[in-house]
Amino acid sequence: MTEITTYKQVWSYRTPRGRLLAWAGWLALVALFVWCWQIMTERTIWAFVQDAPRQAADIGSRMLPPRWPYLSELWAPLWDTLNIATLGTIGGVFMAVPVAFLAARNTTPSVAILRPIALFIIVASRSINSLIWALLLVAIIGPGLLAGIIAISLRSIGFIGKLLYEAIEETDTKQIEAVSATGATGLQVLNYGIVPQIMPAFWGITVFRWDINIRESTILGLVGAGGLGLKLQGSLNTLAWSQVSVILLLILATVVVSEWISAKVRHALI
Amino acid sequence: MLTLDGLSKTYKTGDTALSDVTLSVPKGQIIGLIGPSGAGKSTLIRCINRLVEPTSGKIMLGDVNLASLGKSDLRQQRRRIGMIFQEYALVERLTVMENVLSGRLGYVPFWRSFLRRFPATDIQRAYQLLDRVGLMEHADKRADALSGGQRQRVGIARALAQGPELLLVDEPTASLDPKTSRQIMRLLTEICSERGLPAIVNIHDVPLAQQFMQRIVGLRAGRVVFDGPPDMLTREALTTIYGEEDWNAMRQGDEEQAEAEAEARGRLAVLAQ
Amino acid sequence: MQIGVVVYLFLALGTVDVNWARVYAGLERGQRFVMGFLQPDFTSRWRDISQGLSESLTMTLTSTVVGVAISIPIGIGAARNLAPRWVYYICRSIIAVSRALQEIIIAIFFVAMFGFGPFAGFLTLSFATIGFIAKLLADDIEEIDESQAEAIRATGASWWQVVNYAVQPQVMPRLIGLSVYRLDINFRESAVIGIVGAGGIGATLNTAIDRYEYDSAGAILLIIIAVVMVTEYGSSYLRKFLQ
Repeated sequence: MTEITTYKQVWSYRTPRGRLLAWAGWLALVALFVWCWQIMTERTIWAFVQDAPRQAADIGSRMLPPRWPYLSELWAPLWDTLNIATLGTIGGVFMAVPVAFLAARNTTPSVAILRPIALFIIVASRSINSLIWALLLVAIIGPGLLAGIIAISLRSIGFIGKLLYEAIEETDTKQIEAVSATGATGLQVLNYGIVPQIMPAFWGITVFRWDINIRESTILGLVGAGGLGLKLQGSLNTLAWSQVSVILLLILATVVVSEWISAKVRHALI
Repeated sequence: MLTLDGLSKTYKTGDTALSDVTLSVPKGQIIGLIGPSGAGKSTLIRCINRLVEPTSGKIMLGDVNLASLGKSDLRQQRRRIGMIFQEYALVERLTVMENVLSGRLGYVPFWRSFLRRFPATDIQRAYQLLDRVGLMEHADKRADALSGGQRQRVGIARALAQGPELLLVDEPTASLDPKTSRQIMRLLTEICSERGLPAIVNIHDVPLAQQFMQRIVGLRAGRVVFDGPPDMLTREALTTIYGEEDWNAMRQGDEEQAEAEAEARGRLAVLAQ
Repeated sequence: MQIGVVVYLFLALGTVDVNWARVYAGLERGQRFVMGFLQPDFTSRWRDISQGLSESLTMTLTSTVVGVAISIPIGIGAARNLAPRWVYYICRSIIAVSRALQEIIIAIFFVAMFGFGPFAGFLTLSFATIGFIAKLLADDIEEIDESQAEAIRATGASWWQVVNYAVQPQVMPRLIGLSVYRLDINFRESAVIGIVGAGGIGATLNTAIDRYEYDSAGAILLIIIAVVMVTEYGSSYLRKFLQ
């Protein structure tokens, strides 16, 4: 092979059009960022921002050492927090199960009316954080554990409902057909054909949600819904930072333990 | 060109992969490295450019001892050694051209490679290599759009883009069908003889090795147990390398391969005209 | 087991001390809230709502951009196959801290440090984004096809070149997908952290509920739901488009 051909010396890894698009894309992102930044910081008081390191140092020095004796006052709120999470999860499950069956394409009695309603319930529950639910419920039924439990339940509907209805839609149709072939009624098909198939998923989802709910219930008290958050709010209001650090460490420990339990349980289920 | 002196490798698990390998590769020679799986072929090849750190021994490339180099010196020396991989190891989401140019990474500063602004001579050389391996029209395709044989050709072009003084080839045909395997082997040997490049080729396919290699080195349990020209690879020699296995089974399908080979030769002849 | 469950439920329900008179009184309010939700009032507090919404949206975007930008080096540092041991441990601890603390708690601290307003919210969400993106990015990098990185390394490429040529092409599509997903999450969170003073639509909502203006609160909740739905569909569409 004699080399008489000359080869191009120019190569670019994008076509001119592609390069232009890439540049335009980046430019648009930067412009959007700058614009958003301007709007966001319109009302920022920069003196406060400059003061932040000093504030941080101040808070830090007040937080340490933690006031450990305060721990003895926290066991009752911790128990409340666990109850909010657990009872809330149970309540959420009771409400989520029917919603899931209405939302799953293969079990819903009416695709045109009930399914969209069920889906809307799921979306609404998922978009609104439990803290917002708690805020509303405290305003409506007054502060206390009940508001927290209901907030957690309402929040759990969306999560459990969504995962459960996806599990229902993924069930094996052959088993369902086999059960309906025996002449079973609709409820019997549900009971014998579908429920056994989704049981593992159901327990997995429930335990997973319980774990998340423990996390969320620790802070619900900030808006008056009971539990550890209530103590946190109290300590913050009185600027008792050394108590705040005790509460935060307790919250952290609770979250770690609940995560460990939920991982164990889910592992045992699989 | 390359001299290995007492090269040994013991893994952290305590497995000895290589023990006291001494080997010399003169300029322009193509060596086939054969041996059962687990004999240390892959380790040997990776020790030479220190993708695997050897435990002891010398690796002389020219007059540089690769085994004793620091990080940045090693990078400099790696440019001299082109490597071709079993599963092609192309960066799938980059274009063919980017893959070939990645052979130049050791020569260009980071900003150039980041902006994909390679020097004109590099680009020219890359196009020339793509033409040599017959993939000119695929230059701007993504690597994962190519077939196995085409990908291995890109792999070869990438290794050659480094302007290497030595090629390390790790099972180049293991994921290819017999016909394509032969085409790739032929391309490799042609390129090596064109450039006077020495090469070490790991190969599990004994007939293929006998057909294409100038010299065969047999490895067993990390030791060199055979070293000689292909026609010295007798039944006894194979038994020392592979043990009492029915290595004849490896020769099965030879006929089919011969046909493929003949066809490939015909095609090459057409191409050469 | 079953007895344990019954005993627990008994004990737990016993601690729920409900003031039924208060609940009964609240039912009327609940009814008003439901009515407010069904007949939302967008107009009378529109100035506050639009202010809160624009704060939330801008906070969401800026914090996602900044958070992702910081996450990339941390994520690379937290990948075992790219970073030296000590860098790995530092980056993994940053991630662990960011993930362990909930947004609302971080927000409390940032509000205390930087004063009320969306700037504290921006910082909170950026910090939370780091824990999310950096962890998933690091896990992704640890799962790349090593042979591609090996091949690039064998050409004599430097560490930066290996990252740019072998790692980046493999993790980029998922990184973009995750960033878009995080944009979605950040908006939801921006509605919450306003409750503790970090600006955004959450602050507006908090005010509306404090004033018992349930029709405005209903309007705000509907806006939140609508925006979440739009971002959810938008982000899944965008992710499909970018694949």
